[in-house]
Amino acid sequence: MAKTTTSPVRTGLVHLALITYTLIALFPVFLTVINSFKDRASIFRDPLGLPTPSVFSLVGYETVLKQGDFILYFQNSFIVTAVSIFFVLLFGAMAAFALSEYRFRGNTLMGLYLALGIMIPIRLGTVAILQGMVAAGLVNTLTALILVYTAQGLPLAVFILTEFMQTVSDDLKNAGRIDGLSEYSIFFRLVLPLIRPAMATVAVFTMIPIWNDLWFPLILAPSDATKTITLGSQVFIGQFVTNWNAVLAALTLAIVPVLVLYLIFSRQLIRGITAGAVK
Amino acid sequence: MGSLKIENIVKSFGHVDVLKGIDLEVEDGEFVIFVGPSGCGKSTLLRIIAGLEDATAGEILIDGKKVNNTPPAKRGIAMVFQTYALYPHLSVRDNMGLGLKQAGKPADEIKERTKVASSMLSLDDYLERRPSELSGGQRQRVAIGRAIVREPKLFLFDEPLSNLDAALRVNTRLEIARLHRQLKATMIYVTHDQVEAMTLADKIVVLNKGKIEQVGSPMELYNAPQTVFVAGFIGSPQMNLIDAAKLGHTDAKTIGIRPEHIQVSSTSGEWKGSVIHVEHLGADTIIYLQTDFGPLTVRLFGEHQYEVDGILYATPDAGRTYRFDNEGQVIKS
Repeated sequence: MAKTTTSPVRTGLVHLALITYTLIALFPVFLTVINSFKDRASIFRDPLGLPTPSVFSLVGYETVLKQGDFILYFQNSFIVTAVSIFFVLLFGAMAAFALSEYRFRGNTLMGLYLALGIMIPIRLGTVAILQGMVAAGLVNTLTALILVYTAQGLPLAVFILTEFMQTVSDDLKNAGRIDGLSEYSIFFRLVLPLIRPAMATVAVFTMIPIWNDLWFPLILAPSDATKTITLGSQVFIGQFVTNWNAVLAALTLAIVPVLVLYLIFSRQLIRGITAGAVK
Repeated sequence: MGSLKIENIVKSFGHVDVLKGIDLEVEDGEFVIFVGPSGCGKSTLLRIIAGLEDATAGEILIDGKKVNNTPPAKRGIAMVFQTYALYPHLSVRDNMGLGLKQAGKPADEIKERTKVASSMLSLDDYLERRPSELSGGQRQRVAIGRAIVREPKLFLFDEPLSNLDAALRVNTRLEIARLHRQLKATMIYVTHDQVEAMTLADKIVVLNKGKIEQVGSPMELYNAPQTVFVAGFIGSPQMNLIDAAKLGHTDAKTIGIRPEHIQVSSTSGEWKGSVIHVEHLGADTIIYLQTDFGPLTVRLFGEHQYEVDGILYATPDAGRTYRFDNEGQVIKS
């Protein structure tokens, strides 16, 4: 990297701002994690205190794991998130390929139509979605959630991936055509590997809202067999008594899978975010 | 086994006509170069021949067979791209073999043909490498190798040397010339660089604004340009194109005279001018003069010393001037 003449003061200020932001962003997570390891009394007495040996307690985790269904809730969340990401990436990339690669009447209009979902929250349609799911007999199934989340994730995916697909060299695709590759092979074997960073970006942006969502699981799949982890944690929040140990433990546990997925994608992600900026 | 015939090809993008009726014949074994300024439609024409674009109207015949509706892979062509367009995730060997593999050729044959091509291009040591581990020149050789392996009826080159630096460009140019002699294959080559066109071609096709200006051998184009565009496009430095009225000629619109066909003298001559700038290239000296009728470029062979702002007299060689009419067509004398 070329060293420019940035004064240490300026760099310092930038870092200060970034560190402040990081602390603010991480504070709730930090609070959740430390309090999940404390007994009930000390959560209320000293919410900011670290879990010292005298107050250390795993009672929350014990409750959560004894509840038994939690493994199932995790599994539900995982299935819904993974399958939704898969469909969002697959269909998003396919639509993006069509939009960026082929000239056809209404191309721009189609692109705008597909991007419209970025601006209109899908929750506005909740009632209609519920009616549809009832009519289709999909209430209380994971399929219902997967369908909704796929629809929710597609607009952003199509938007981001179209931009990236346009950067893939035409010559490369044409070379494939001359070598006799079908359009499908060109898509799967030449283009997809080249836009992997963009796919990771989309995966992360898609994954987090799905994993954290409470709205659709509550409405479309609240049965015990189809609860997701976020919904499952709510059983500890009662009208009169809330089992904070259990809630915090459940939320802490819920962070882990997202964190793992994020770490897997992040190497690609950083390349994805900066790729557009430096080129 | 490798002739091409194009009949009245038209290509429009929306309301823009990129190609306005192209007729062309390429004989078997010919090296034909499409040359023209950017936007003249030369690359589009090549892509239509390759089948990567559909022509709006017109017919393409390869070996007498109409191929308008044949997909690129079945046309018996191979193409080399400006950006190399190698498959980044495949080794050099697989890059070269992919086309044959897709065509369902047996592994032995693929191996044999890859070997022949790689030794022809001295790529034997790099067969297991990925494109990212090769230099620009090597990548372009792999791209050429990929074309050779297919043993096509037609080689298509789309500005293959534009991404290479000057020294490599000369080497690769020689390589392509050698390959053409060795393979005796029909080659069609697109470039905007007239040096490539003049040095490689059996036949040059000069395109301008979607139309063929002139087809001919390099020397025909140099010595007998049919239009003012060809006259200005072929030759470097550019031909001096002078408004005939300012020279007192009434029988033409434009007078053309190549810089190398002008003699200068410090005492007397036909046209008087002052020196604006002198370029010393060693083998040549290029003098830019300002005259009563506008700027004039003169190319002298060898080394010459002239002062800027000095007065020089220029005289065109007899019989080396060209006259063009209002439509830019040459007037035969």
